[in-house]
Amino acid sequence: MNIFADLFLTFAKVGVCTFGGGYAMLPILQREVVEKKGWATDEELTDYFAVGQCTPGIIAVNTATFIGYKYKGVLGGVLATLGVVFPSLVIITAIAAFLSNFADFPVVQHALAGVNAAVVALIASSVVKLAKSNLKDAVCVCIFLAGVIFAFFLGVSPVLLIVCAGVVGYVARTLSQKGGNA
Amino acid sequence: MLLLRLFFEFAKVGLFAVGGGLATIPFLQDMGTRTGWFTNVDLTTMIAVSESTPGPMGVNMATYVGYETAGLPGAVAATLGLIFPSVVIIIIIAGFLQKFRQSRTVDAVFYGLRPASTALITSAGLSVAMSVFWGGRDRLALTNTRWLSVALCAAVFLCMKCTPLKKLHPIVFIGAAAVVGIILQL
Repeated sequence: MNIFADLFLTFAKVGVCTFGGGYAMLPILQREVVEKKGWATDEELTDYFAVGQCTPGIIAVNTATFIGYKYKGVLGGVLATLGVVFPSLVIITAIAAFLSNFADFPVVQHALAGVNAAVVALIASSVVKLAKSNLKDAVCVCIFLAGVIFAFFLGVSPVLLIVCAGVVGYVARTLSQKGGNA
Repeated sequence: MLLLRLFFEFAKVGLFAVGGGLATIPFLQDMGTRTGWFTNVDLTTMIAVSESTPGPMGVNMATYVGYETAGLPGAVAATLGLIFPSVVIIIIIAGFLQKFRQSRTVDAVFYGLRPASTALITSAGLSVAMSVFWGGRDRLALTNTRWLSVALCAAVFLCMKCTPLKKLHPIVFIGAAAVVGIILQL
């Protein structure tokens, strides 16, 4: 298949399988982009989420652009992004046109409650995978734990957190390299 | 003219909303009041539909607002507007990162970013879990725990770790959970 068609279709598939915010997209990306296509590694996916969370725009779109660009340049970035939004255009237009009370049906609400429970499990499983590839030493574990405390319990903005973690990472690396050379 | 305005209004949302789809809601509220395209009640319906249909929520919201305002062309204009700033900004950043990939500085910075990014994803997952299991973090109590949701979540998690089942595509688990949700009236 043409590479660009493949990019568009793969991201359209990611779009269809995502329920909720950009984070719900992560398990699908791991399956489609990391495991099946090999367009990115788990580490790279984490990098894209790191950048995508503190740059303008919604995470889902930022991550799609990132992967597409890395794989096939500007056109790749554009096509991956168009792919990820395409299912929304079709599905939402159909619902808005014919079923604007869609969310009020009890059967939809029950199905959604089930979907949400599954999404929590999917995100948990993604986090386990990411932790395995990203928390390689004590410094990483400390940054991770501090990050969870600041983000979840203290509600510190992701942008601030990412900037601080970048500085801490840089300092820790520089110090350990100096220590190693001496 | 209306299409151009939709494009620019959503490009503004795409430029200023940082984070997940929920980050777009305050901007949409403001847009509704300024333009009169939709009311806050309309917005509530749109959020509910966007959350319960496939696709990233922020994109769904843009498509919905665009459609309600100017039909299918409106849906396309709003969605393209939302993604436009992201595509430009990310391509610039990605190009920069590719150029400096070998740099020790960039490498050292990402060494710190990866665990932090993992922490942010964990934190987002915890927030989702709070709202799914308790209906929000302010309603945390043993008595209003939705045990069926907890059990379903645990079951899905365990299935994803078992050897024959873990090869299945995540959408299979999502579909199965939807069926269980309907049967158990979750």
